[in-house]
Amino acid sequence: MSYLDTLPPWIAIPVAFFLILGSTLTLLGAFGLARLRDFYDRLHAPTLGTSWGAAGILLASMILMSWNESEPGWSGLRPVLHELVIGIFLMITTPVTLMLLGRAALHRDRIEGTPGIPGAVERADVPHRPTGEEADGEAAPEIDISDAPGEN
Amino acid sequence: MSAVIMSFALTYAQIALALAACLAGYRLLYGPRAQDRVLGLDTFYATAMLLFVVTGIRVGSPFFFEAAMVIGVLAFVATVSLAKFLIRGEVIE
Repeated sequence: MSYLDTLPPWIAIPVAFFLILGSTLTLLGAFGLARLRDFYDRLHAPTLGTSWGAAGILLASMILMSWNESEPGWSGLRPVLHELVIGIFLMITTPVTLMLLGRAALHRDRIEGTPGIPGAVERADVPHRPTGEEADGEAAPEIDISDAPGEN
Repeated sequence: MSAVIMSFALTYAQIALALAACLAGYRLLYGPRAQDRVLGLDTFYATAMLLFVVTGIRVGSPFFFEAAMVIGVLAFVATVSLAKFLIRGEVIE
């Protein structure tokens, strides 16, 4: 606790609130990642940590670092550029990576013929690529909406 | 007063993020399939990045934030390349 002793309470309270909010949401997301049963359920859980978990912690850091104090011993003051860059980059890259990962999992499940996975939709502008199920001459499997997809 | 509040909040955040990293590591180790392991790795990267930010707040040094930026970039590259590998079987075609 070097420089944090000189903070006034009206700065410390929102910083502590956002820190606790962000870390709790990240912990809840990781808990969902460990506890949920299916991969397609688990795909949604960590986004709790990358959206509001990261936003809370970065907001706390921004509030703390923008507090202007000309006292000696204050070493934390700097522009909030790091938090902005981290937040914008995380906001851009998280949907891209999880979308790619979901498509990869869907591709693998179709090739392995896991039951409950919807088949590929025919599109006019995309050439047809037979997956493992359809390459044997069978029809695409019936989609059972009532049942949860693939236990693994 | 504010030192007590900040100390409590920073300790709580560090413990919660460490627990989150442990849960992501559990999914990384025991994930039944490859995509579960990649998802666990992505969560582990994000949690480690937030842990670096919280540690940077506690220490008051700007270097932790730059390390957090580097970890964020590495998380993106690692997850995208692993997802490409899961789709195609190779990263660069």
